[in-house]
Amino acid sequence: MAEQKRDKPLITEKKISRRTLLGGAATAAVVLAQTASGKSFQAALTESELNLFEDPTKVPGVPPGTLGTRSAFEKPVKAPSDISSRTPLQDLFGTITPSDLHFERNHNGVPAIDPAKYELLIHGMVDKPMIFTLADLKRFPSVSRIAFLECSGNYRGAADGKLTPQQICGLTSQSEWTGVKLSTLFREVGVSPKSTWFLAEGGDAAVMTRSVPVEKGWEDAIICYAQNGEAIRPEQGYPVRLFLPGWEGNINIKWLRRIELSDQPFQTRQETSKYTEAIGGGKIRQFSFTMDARSIITYPSYPQKVEKGWIEIRGIAWSGRGKVVRVEISTDAGKTWNPASLQGPVMDKAHTAFRYLWNWNGQPTEILSRTVDETGYTQPFLKELLAARGGNMGYHFNPVTAWYIQGDGQVLFKAT
Amino acid sequence: MTKSVFFIGAFCLFLFITLTSLKSPTTGENGSRADTLAQPKTFGFGRPATLKEIALLDSDVRPDGKGLPAGSGKAADGKLVYAAKCAGCHGVTGVEGPNDALVTSKNLTDQKEKVRTKTIGNYWPYATTVFDYIKRAMPFNQPGSLTDQEVYDLTAFLLAENGLIKASDPINATTLPKVVMPARDFFVPDDRRNGPEIR
Ligand code: HEC
Repeated sequence: MAEQKRDKPLITEKKISRRTLLGGAATAAVVLAQTASGKSFQAALTESELNLFEDPTKVPGVPPGTLGTRSAFEKPVKAPSDISSRTPLQDLFGTITPSDLHFERNHNGVPAIDPAKYELLIHGMVDKPMIFTLADLKRFPSVSRIAFLECSGNYRGAADGKLTPQQICGLTSQSEWTGVKLSTLFREVGVSPKSTWFLAEGGDAAVMTRSVPVEKGWEDAIICYAQNGEAIRPEQGYPVRLFLPGWEGNINIKWLRRIELSDQPFQTRQETSKYTEAIGGGKIRQFSFTMDARSIITYPSYPQKVEKGWIEIRGIAWSGRGKVVRVEISTDAGKTWNPASLQGPVMDKAHTAFRYLWNWNGQPTEILSRTVDETGYTQPFLKELLAARGGNMGYHFNPVTAWYIQGDGQVLFKAT
Repeated sequence: MTKSVFFIGAFCLFLFITLTSLKSPTTGENGSRADTLAQPKTFGFGRPATLKEIALLDSDVRPDGKGLPAGSGKAADGKLVYAAKCAGCHGVTGVEGPNDALVTSKNLTDQKEKVRTKTIGNYWPYATTVFDYIKRAMPFNQPGSLTDQEVYDLTAFLLAENGLIKASDPINATTLPKVVMPARDFFVPDDRRNGPEIR
């Protein structure tokens, strides 16, 4: 009996209408189904069809497939706008961002680049101008590193408190990046000791360019071709991107096609008209690469409602200057602060998970997190940041954010 | 006995190699780090780039004018190109949008226009960036489609509309780097330092 059943498709082909295959509004889930011929295909199931699986111990499960799938019950999604798409920080655990949930920011769409035709040109103040194919890059000694990547325009507030972590600062994500050290390629082409800046250029429709100090190239820059164990996703720069640990997202040029060594910055539009910030006294700060230390409580957060009793406050903290050394939590609107536990290993320039056990008495209050990094920098309150920048908001805004917890348990965002 | 002598010898040789390679002029000076010391001077992967291959991609323009092509542009000609290829997204006079304002509004009492004040005229520190950016990225829906002549004309037009040059001033490889940009003086390099200070 059981034997016979297993040979049959879990769902017969005729049962799957075109509408369900396309995933209509009534679609409740997507599972792999196996046809009589043994081929797996994806089928969308409606709520009623899901009842078939009410007792999974009574039906053979889905056979092994060629690609893993996210559970049909889990639906974390990025939040896209015309120019970017944000990571659902509140839906994640630990510190690695699943690659398909990595935030996105581009300046004229995601290009389709054939890896067989891909080339990286390095020229300018070098002994030997050279071209490397993707296969060439993969032959060089490789390096892997877990680090965050954050857009420098990553703060949002709202007076009504209706903001999720994703909306407040979802332009930060973390991956394991793999590639060849730029220093290895610098040696290969013979970078002139007189060269101080290099231009990095993307092969997208924005032909994105940024100037980078050569010193960063020698220090820890990576020419990446992989992310979380597989080829970089198109949205992250497939087939090759520049990765500069701890530095603002925009300068980590995606779809990298050219590097030109020079003895001065190029003053591209993205480092003059954009990605510069007013800091008071009529001054505009330029080449502000490093991401300052920051933290966010991802649970509890808006739009959740919590219950009286034990709550594990969770979140992430990070700094572009180095390691996070401390995260402090306040559950009384900033009057007192207590250290949170950091999940090790704590890595350099990486999202670090923290948690703090709290017994909520049901009274309205505010919970906050602030981080301190290894340079002694303490994440500032919004008021402190505004005071330091002549009242200006803009890029590199990393304030402490609070969650207001109402008596009924409703959590709301609150600016500090 | 002979074995341990061999090991000591091998160890000394290892030390010698390590120390000499640490002192070798190929390290330190060019900034290469410790874990690349074991690497050969060159791997021989990749191929030399020809001048033609470089010229194909190398379109960037530096503030000193390096990279600017031959030719010269006029604001009057740029006005026509602008009306045909840019006005739809940046507004008839470069102020109205819907996309980025390209001209500093003279009507700063209008609140809607006032919030769109980061423009070439009052925020861009280098005039060469105008040429470089338009050539590489505009028009947004047809990037890379403009001729150098069109880009020169458009650059002259936008600089003139922003009151940075006279409408009759020609824009070319000699004149463009010399255009005085009022915003230049506002720009300061990153003043944040590692440490507790909030900046
Ligand atoms: C289809 C709409 C569209 C057209 C047509 C278009 N642009 Fe743009 N332009 C944009 C968008 C969108 C941006 C912002 C891009 C970004 O931020 O990455 C922009 C940005 C710019 C900027 C930079 C503004 C700043 O302050 O940073 C300049 C200069 C510019 N365009 C010039 C032009 C010129 C000249 C033309 C005509 C040849 C043109 N554009 C045609 C949409 C357009």
